[in-house]
Amino acid sequence: MYLAKVYVTYKESILDPKGEAVHDALHRLGYTNVDAVELGKYFEIKLTAGKQPVEAEVDEMCDRLLANVNMESYRYEITEMEA
Amino acid sequence: MKFAVPVFPGSNCDHDMVNALRDILNADADLVPATTTDLAEYDAVILPGGFSYGDYLRSGAIARFAPVMTAVKTFAVTGKPVMGICNGFQILTEAGLLPGALQANRSAQFICETSELRVCNVETQFTSDYAADARLQLPIAHGEGNYYCDDATLADLQANHQIVFEYVTNPNGSVANIAGIVNRQGNVLGMMPHPERAVEALLGSTDGLGIFKSLLAHHEEVAHA
Repeated sequence: MYLAKVYVTYKESILDPKGEAVHDALHRLGYTNVDAVELGKYFEIKLTAGKQPVEAEVDEMCDRLLANVNMESYRYEITEMEA
Repeated sequence: MKFAVPVFPGSNCDHDMVNALRDILNADADLVPATTTDLAEYDAVILPGGFSYGDYLRSGAIARFAPVMTAVKTFAVTGKPVMGICNGFQILTEAGLLPGALQANRSAQFICETSELRVCNVETQFTSDYAADARLQLPIAHGEGNYYCDDATLADLQANHQIVFEYVTNPNGSVANIAGIVNRQGNVLGMMPHPERAVEALLGSTDGLGIFKSLLAHHEEVAHA
């Protein structure tokens, strides 16, 4: 069994109004040292090895569904879990 | 002319669309389930607004895998008209039938208001009923209607006259004030504003009628060609 941790974030050219709202809220709480907040998505996917290598399969999942590559980029970490 | 209006779990403008088509334009229109696999009997397909599959993950991201979308892709290849309104536009971009993507409004707010549009291209089967540069009053209602594409795609859209509607005053941050585009072949239209909510005086505007009249006229033309 594998655990894939997938992080999806907006590309730099994309506005992130939710991240900006959180940024402003942190400032209102007094954390004026906060320079930037980026709000993205995080997935934990547990899977067994399929027909192709786990890495290739997770990559394909990101391209096909988890991220919209027009406006988002992704990265992931895959670890083998204790059975 | 027979219209199909696919209904996804979470669609909520499907009945407004059928009302506009049947009661106002006297056209045939069927609500078809998202599980439909064949649309060959129809002359046009309109993907309605709403929150398909709860807009989970991203607007339109799950709907694009519904069986009916395979049928819509096959249908679009034949050159028959396909139109996506609001969530329908989001689904068409996710499905790759239109370029770009719809991201969150610049203000982070859901916007529900009347917007003024300019018709940028009246040479399409969706807009031939309008005068060049016509101004329309159409409602918008979306949280993620901010059209985004990269510079190369925008240059392509402009060079091929694919930008069909633009906002006179940009409400949401859309690139180049884009409110609606067609694909390069000109038979797939996506737009955030709701023409089906502007088809009788009681609704405050009849400016949406032109799109449906254009489609009906084009269908007549093709039938008698």
